[in-house]
Amino acid sequence: MTTAPAPAPSPLGRAYWLLADSAVLTARSLRHNLRQFDALLLSVILPLTLLLMFVYVFGGALHVGTAYIDYVVPGILISAAGYAASQTAVAFSQDLTSGAIDRFRSLPMSSAALLTGHVTASLLRNLLSTLLVLGTAVAIGFSPATDPLAWIAALGTIALYILAICWISIAFGTIARSAEGASGFTFFVLFLPYVSSAYVPPDTMPAALRPFAEHQFVTPVIETLRGLLLGTPTDSAPAALAWCLGILAVTVPASAYLFRRRTRA
Amino acid sequence: MPAPTAAAPPPASIEVRGLTKSYGDHRVLRGIDLTVPRGTVFALLGPNGAGKTTLVRALATLQPFDGGTARVEGRDVRTQPAAVRGLIGLTGQYASVDELLTGEENLVMVGRLLHLGRARARRRAAELLDRFDLTAAARRQTRTYSGGMRRRLDLAASLMASPPVVFLDEPTTGLDPRSRRTMWDVVRAMVADGTTVLLTTQYLEEADRLADRIAVLHGGRVATEGTAAELKAQVGRERVTLTLARPADLPAAARLLRAADPQADPADGTLSLPLHRTDDLRALLNALADARLPVTAVRITAPTLDDVFFAVTAPAELETAR
Ligand SMILES: Nc1ncnc2c1ncn2[C@@H]1O[C@H](COP(=O)(O)OP(=O)(O)OP(=O)(O)O)[C@@H](O)[C@H]1O
Ligand SMILES: [Mg+2]
Repeated sequence: MTTAPAPAPSPLGRAYWLLADSAVLTARSLRHNLRQFDALLLSVILPLTLLLMFVYVFGGALHVGTAYIDYVVPGILISAAGYAASQTAVAFSQDLTSGAIDRFRSLPMSSAALLTGHVTASLLRNLLSTLLVLGTAVAIGFSPATDPLAWIAALGTIALYILAICWISIAFGTIARSAEGASGFTFFVLFLPYVSSAYVPPDTMPAALRPFAEHQFVTPVIETLRGLLLGTPTDSAPAALAWCLGILAVTVPASAYLFRRRTRA
Repeated sequence: MPAPTAAAPPPASIEVRGLTKSYGDHRVLRGIDLTVPRGTVFALLGPNGAGKTTLVRALATLQPFDGGTARVEGRDVRTQPAAVRGLIGLTGQYASVDELLTGEENLVMVGRLLHLGRARARRRAAELLDRFDLTAAARRQTRTYSGGMRRRLDLAASLMASPPVVFLDEPTTGLDPRSRRTMWDVVRAMVADGTTVLLTTQYLEEADRLADRIAVLHGGRVATEGTAAELKAQVGRERVTLTLARPADLPAAARLLRAADPQADPADGTLSLPLHRTDDLRALLNALADARLPVTAVRITAPTLDDVFFAVTAPAELETAR
């Protein structure tokens, strides 16, 4: 009772199976997250702790012109996305360095689904923690604008940012020779928001750091989020969009190339 | 590219010609030729590091190789890897189960990635969990499984699609005797259904019992290949060992039978000689009886695959293979 081999799929068929296989692997990643205490900790507890810490511990000492909680919430969201992305790099690298990859590769599945599955799971996990942070922030005094369109745009911005750094982390995960190596990436994504307008305005930074803080890609994203959530101007939206799409335009094909090269060796 | 011919099925399920593979300047495979007929079990033997895993991974599209060709069910492994993946199941040497998923989730996931659909994947998973005695543990995360349980789950995963060709790299390493029997039964049942199985093993008894044909890999080449009986015949024939009632008779007995090339073992008081035909045994015993050299025990030993293994993988053989 051996099964006949499936006929070569059409482009449409391939797209369908990419989606279907991604869904299966997304479910796998989400199950992993639920069953790993440290992953839960990173995606849920850590962003909330960060929020409470910045608002109650540092907030009193930081003067940014508005209520500090209003200023800092977008920064917390961006930092949380960084944690999620570094987790993705580690999980993906674990798949590549364990027997899992051999099992997947011997299956007639869409191999791109391995990448998209991780990214989708990361996006979902992260949107959840975004909502948690926003809910908690509102409960402790965050007073955002109430325009529903602005909210949708804000969530869209976050999602785009998450996608961009997730794909960076997938590219890193493909290069890393070990999960530990991939976790080195954590440093990079966790560090960037601190040298941006996430926690303090760049004009309070030393002159040497200021140009970097003002022009690195996290800053326009934060400023856009801030504008959308607080109803202030959103002049940086085009820059934020260009950065995120630009990063995706580089990292998606680069990840695909690196992955193919890695799994061919 | 010519359309795959549905009318004339390829003569063999797995065909390997002149396959070579080096890691740096370490030439692991130096020209492997193998033919595995459809619906048979083929066992690859060989010392550690002989290249068994490398060869299996190459055939399963996981390991690029340097030269030669390999076909699985007529599909070229190098140029049609996707088609080959649709035809094979693989259990690697190292378990590739997902530690954080339950046994059942592991199998259902593999089934869905094989595009069986949710319902069929569930049904097949339940079937295989039952077959491999894992039903009781089906809902537990596999990190709580013992080594043998993981191994069995990994085997089940490679059988989810009922593929026409199955590669098993040391499938029974670490299995207890009962699980090993289960595995053998599963392999026999698959082969009865027309599946082709290529397996590697360090258990020569396993190859002997299970395989239609056996190849011994050594020095990067197929050192010898054939049925178990053929291989054994290569290293020698049956021998008969006679225990004499009086060890002092040993020299006399050896002289009497010198035409048959006997070997005397004074420590045991035994004489052993090759047995060409069973009838020879009668003549032998008669001759000894006539000469009043009584015999107390007769033991017939056949060469085993162990003898084959030692004979063809001796270090001296390696030198000539270079
Ligand atoms: N990725 C690799 N890089 C370098 N050398 C390798 C690699 N994989 C295998 N080798 C070498 O190739 C040779 C064959 O290895 P392989 O795993 O195929 O042996 P094997 O016959 O399966 O051995 P065993 O019985 O121990 O499983 C070994 O000498 C091994 O060191
Ligand atoms: Mg091996």
